[in-house]
Amino acid sequence: MSIDYSLEPSIIEGKPGLASIDSTIAAPMETRPNKNFYMALSVTLTMLGIGAVCLGYSFYYGMGLWGNNNPVGWGFDIVNFVFWIGIGHAGTLISAILFLFRQKWRTGISRFAEGMTIFAVMTAGIFPLIHVGRPWLDGYLMPYPNQHGLWVNFTSPLVWDVFAVSTYFIVSAIFWYIGLIPDLATLRDRTVDKIRKTIYSIFSLGWRHSNRHWHHYEMSYIILAGFATPLVLSVHTIVSFDFAVSILPGWHSTIFPPYFVAGAVFSGFAMVQNALIFVRKIFNYEHIITLDTLEKMNKIMIATGSMVGYAYAMEFFIAWYSGSPLETFVFVNRAFGDYAWAYWIMVSCNVIFPQLFWFKKIRRSIPLMFVVGVFVNIGMWFERFVIVVTSLSRDFLPSSWAYYKPTLYDIGILIGSFGLFFSLLLIFTRTLPVVSIAEVKAVSDGAQPTHHAGGSHAE
Amino acid sequence: MQNKVLYSVTGIFQTPDSIKHAAKSIADAGYKRYDINTPYPVHGIPKAMGMTISKLGYFTLVFGLSGIALALGFTWIITNIIYPLVQGGKPFFALPPFIPITFEVTVLLSSCGTVIIMLLLYFKFPNNSHPLHDTNYMKKVSSDKYGAYIMADDPNFDQSKVRSLLESLGAIDIEDIYYDEETVSLRPKVFEPKFLGFLLVAILITAGATYFTLNKLLFMPPFDWMSFQSRVNAQSLSTFFPDKHGMRMPPSGTIARGFMPFPYEGDPDKAGKMLVNPMTNTQENIEQGRKQYDIFCSPCHDWHGTGNSRLRGQFPNPPSLHSQKVRNWSDGMIYYIITMGQNTMPSYAYQVSREDRWAIILYVRTLQRAMNAKPEDIK
Ligand code: HEC
Repeated sequence: MSIDYSLEPSIIEGKPGLASIDSTIAAPMETRPNKNFYMALSVTLTMLGIGAVCLGYSFYYGMGLWGNNNPVGWGFDIVNFVFWIGIGHAGTLISAILFLFRQKWRTGISRFAEGMTIFAVMTAGIFPLIHVGRPWLDGYLMPYPNQHGLWVNFTSPLVWDVFAVSTYFIVSAIFWYIGLIPDLATLRDRTVDKIRKTIYSIFSLGWRHSNRHWHHYEMSYIILAGFATPLVLSVHTIVSFDFAVSILPGWHSTIFPPYFVAGAVFSGFAMVQNALIFVRKIFNYEHIITLDTLEKMNKIMIATGSMVGYAYAMEFFIAWYSGSPLETFVFVNRAFGDYAWAYWIMVSCNVIFPQLFWFKKIRRSIPLMFVVGVFVNIGMWFERFVIVVTSLSRDFLPSSWAYYKPTLYDIGILIGSFGLFFSLLLIFTRTLPVVSIAEVKAVSDGAQPTHHAGGSHAE
Repeated sequence: MQNKVLYSVTGIFQTPDSIKHAAKSIADAGYKRYDINTPYPVHGIPKAMGMTISKLGYFTLVFGLSGIALALGFTWIITNIIYPLVQGGKPFFALPPFIPITFEVTVLLSSCGTVIIMLLLYFKFPNNSHPLHDTNYMKKVSSDKYGAYIMADDPNFDQSKVRSLLESLGAIDIEDIYYDEETVSLRPKVFEPKFLGFLLVAILITAGATYFTLNKLLFMPPFDWMSFQSRVNAQSLSTFFPDKHGMRMPPSGTIARGFMPFPYEGDPDKAGKMLVNPMTNTQENIEQGRKQYDIFCSPCHDWHGTGNSRLRGQFPNPPSLHSQKVRNWSDGMIYYIITMGQNTMPSYAYQVSREDRWAIILYVRTLQRAMNAKPEDIK
């Protein structure tokens, strides 16, 4: 049997013309949203409102409203922070790492995934800021010369976090915006509406699709991708340092950085996959965000899910192999102690369910992959919960052990974070092209010169 | 079209192959001021136009290196000089913990720098008044067509020749683009006073808002609530207690730790008999005594207890501490004098702790022995 590998399958199905790509992608911005959109938006805004009310109460009455107390000083706030930062990682992986690896299938999903990165980092950023208790003093997180003569402690991982998360947000936003400029110019030239035209003109900065520009533009894209790649790895590494640099059993572990990064990509892909399933259906992008693309994302989920499973196993092995009674206790306690329920939710959702993706049928079935994706996100949220809470609730001194219970306010703020993320996402789908117009055109059939015509090969 | 100036002659092409061919032919024909517009980057065009690889990366390198230098220098100065903070006994500036911040600052500076240089320096953006904007040509190349144009300021430009060149390359829709010198300017917009003024205002607003937030807002209610607590300060009025005193008197008979009352007041002989020096004659205790003696006693009694001190004449000279009388006194007797004072010498009970008083006595004894050394002491 011989297969011609030089013939790659098309990324974009059905050979749409370039102009029809324009109109398909611009459609959500040029039409009025229907009733379903407003219904979805009102649900997410309600969730956001619940979170805002709970936060308002927390600011007014203080952090005593939350479940955090000795010895569990890091509760839902830090769990949510790590969870949301993790969600963001898929976007950068798709837009930067897959770009450097020349994975063309990323073109259909990269813009949307990058948008999710930005919204996830925004959501995540709220948590450390409210965790300090008096968020109006957050300015002191930045090292600036102040009248107290005080400086931050640069050797603390919590300060590294400030630098990592803010850099990550800014660089992701720049990367996203640079990608948007040509698309905004295309929209500017399409639209007839005066207000839209002004907005698009301002934000497209006067882009003229000039090849003298494209030339540098592509270089800048490579450079940004080259920076975003180590950046995304560094961000979750530094988040894991918040734990690993401490000396608490169950946290103090060198496996944390790779384990956190794998987990972040894992949950991020699950979230992107879940959201894309809706986007491609609602906006008729099935030929751009193809089933093949979703299948490839599911494959990445098995890979990263297995890495996470390996890390769980390795933690237990090291606990036994190190011979440290404290380590051994922590892990036995995780699996069979007070929080065994959370631990087993995590293992089943993260390690067992994604293994279903070994079957091609499940990998290509939209409803099934959606369900597995939801499970993965539940599992990954519980992973952070297990790490944060079990180690703290039972540390060295049995007399100070306690069981952590979140309060209604904690849960309200968690709901609010989902509300914020999905509200931003919904607004994004209606205001900006969720698929990169220029990139999709560049990889559609017949968009690039044939190798033999024009005599370029003869040179 | 008298006030209109010719900007360029444009041609539209249908396929990527034809635009690539056109790019190469225009370059071969010797034109320098021309451009190709495509809705997305088409492979091979930069090469056909004879462009070499973009030099943008060198700017990135410069920004990256300055990021490294900036982050390391900044953290070094703060942790070594401005605010040295001991962390687990480690050196103030051990490199590893400073790597994360250095890395992040490097990435931040080089990404932002690259993009800003590209947009402002290379592209001369923002510029929304370019002659090509809002032309039919632009509308086509931003969607599904490919375009080439040759500018009127090219040294070889000749309207009819260019038209026929584009025609021969297979262009459809050949169009001349004019611009109005008054409304359209080709100069970079970044240095326009309007834009610079905008920047200035933006900087002022940001700086002012930051100053206001950090130095004023945070000291206004409700952010200063922590500064006002419902507690009573020392010496202040209290509405809670009937006597309105914020400070409370201890109940009668309370004895503070280490302040057992002195039972021999007015009875030096009994004190001399009953009190025994609890401190042993060690080097350490004598040294403690020397320090306290030098502070509290030496102004009047002199460094060596002779009585001929630096206060000479301004205060009744005390007698020598080396008299037979004082040498024969018990430790308890001297303790009594320090505690209760004697005639013109005041009491030192409030200034010298009990332990220090006994240590001083050890030192006085040492002085006495040194001033009246017997032959067997010299060894
Ligand atoms: C303000 C100066 C002053 C200081 C300080 C002072 N003394 Fe005196 N001391 C005197 C005078 C004056 C007398 C003599 C009092 C009298 O007329 O009986 C005296 C007497 C004495 C005597 C009795 C000597 C004797 O022959 O009657 C002793 C012992 C003594 N001082 C020890 C001390 C010690 C120990 C200290 C340090 C804690 C000390 N003094 C600090 C001024 C001082």
